[in-house]
Amino acid sequence: MNLIDQEGLDFYREIREKSGQPIELCYQCRKCAAGCIANEHADFYPNEIIRLVQLGQKEKVLNCKSIWICSSCETCGARCPNGINTRAIIDALKEKAIAEKLVKGNKVYLFHTQFLNSVLTNGRVHEPMMMAFYKLKSKDLWSDLDFGFNMFRKGKMPLLPSRVKDRRAIKQIFKQSQN
Amino acid sequence: MKLSYFPGCSLESTAKEYDMSARSVCKALGMELVELEDWVCCGATSAHSTNHTLSITLPAKNIALAQELGSDLAVPCSACYNVLKKTDYTLRNDENMRGKTEQITGFKYSGEINILSLLEAVVTKVGVKSIAKSVKKPLQGLNVVCYYGCLLVRPPEVTQFDNRENPESLDNIINSLGARAIPWAYKTDCCGASLSLTSADIVQKMVGRLMDAAKEAGANAIVTACPLCQSNLEMRRQKGDTGIPAFYFTELIGLALDLPDTGRWFKLHLVDPLPLLNSLSLAR
Repeated sequence: MNLIDQEGLDFYREIREKSGQPIELCYQCRKCAAGCIANEHADFYPNEIIRLVQLGQKEKVLNCKSIWICSSCETCGARCPNGINTRAIIDALKEKAIAEKLVKGNKVYLFHTQFLNSVLTNGRVHEPMMMAFYKLKSKDLWSDLDFGFNMFRKGKMPLLPSRVKDRRAIKQIFKQSQN
Repeated sequence: MKLSYFPGCSLESTAKEYDMSARSVCKALGMELVELEDWVCCGATSAHSTNHTLSITLPAKNIALAQELGSDLAVPCSACYNVLKKTDYTLRNDENMRGKTEQITGFKYSGEINILSLLEAVVTKVGVKSIAKSVKKPLQGLNVVCYYGCLLVRPPEVTQFDNRENPESLDNIINSLGARAIPWAYKTDCCGASLSLTSADIVQKMVGRLMDAAKEAGANAIVTACPLCQSNLEMRRQKGDTGIPAFYFTELIGLALDLPDTGRWFKLHLVDPLPLLNSLSLAR
């Protein structure tokens, strides 16, 4: 009897390679889960994510909330007795979820795309524009307007972007870093 | 003493007071900061969350610029620092990634530049004793909890700075300024970081527990070294939390050195620190 099928095994191997982490060493001590700041907001604890990957549960783990709620605080990795950096595994899972087009309606993914678009355009993030685009595209227009206005009044939201001169190099880097 | 300086995108806008105070304080402490010319965004969380290669090649461009200038690189924003330090660590230890990055970015990695958080730079290049000697106005009455956030001391094998669970470098600086750094258990507990825009309710809960802990510890101020932490601490409190002001550590150093421009920095805060500072006769 096989515990996991070929597709699951391939998925496990791919994530192990992408993340560079010794996923096979996890013996579920839950030290990561004990320190995870996102626990009450997530659907799987960090150790459960690792177990799901170990068992090749591709669909379950690529569609979960946890991988997008992870704030990359690095607490799990810093505490793991086996040197497994769960943040790196979660990053690999996010990248895989994007590749499998499982990010429709995902606000966190939308934020990241607006952030990187701003970098691609200007070489740096123009925070006011980036936030405005994110709010428009996520149809969340009204929240934080008071903060935004306050910051603008204080001169913390420059109208014009600060642009890098060598934007051609940025475009090159983006293009050649695509998978 | 000269260091290269990577301000990062936030210090040009929402964390302007951090940039102003960092430059002013470093100058006063004899540390010359030379801004990297034409620096690019480090990629922050968005790069490493969506494209591993980009998360190395984009910040590598800045390492290339720092190499050209030749001095160690001081980075005020914790997130930028963590990204740049991780990139440096990867380029140093991962031959494959180094080759790929050099090919994409067109520079040869030398490994000669050290990447330091601004906190680390101040602690190691200036030193707590030297700061204490430069204090003109001891910050008496300021009971501060030091909020290091996630990325200054983790991953420990990358940052190799201070203690991963109970760091003390910032506490030592605060004490040297005549203020009191209060022990508390939440020094490195995440504020929610970039989830602030997409998941404000979650960040509010994370910030809420930090603010509650600060209150319980008896603090009248919280100090940090990260633009995102500082803005979350100001913007994502529970409603009705009249709460304590959130400072950048460079602002408190500047206050203790009695620098003339501190008022301009404090005006930019969303939670006004002046009532507290006035009550302690610390404002100019």
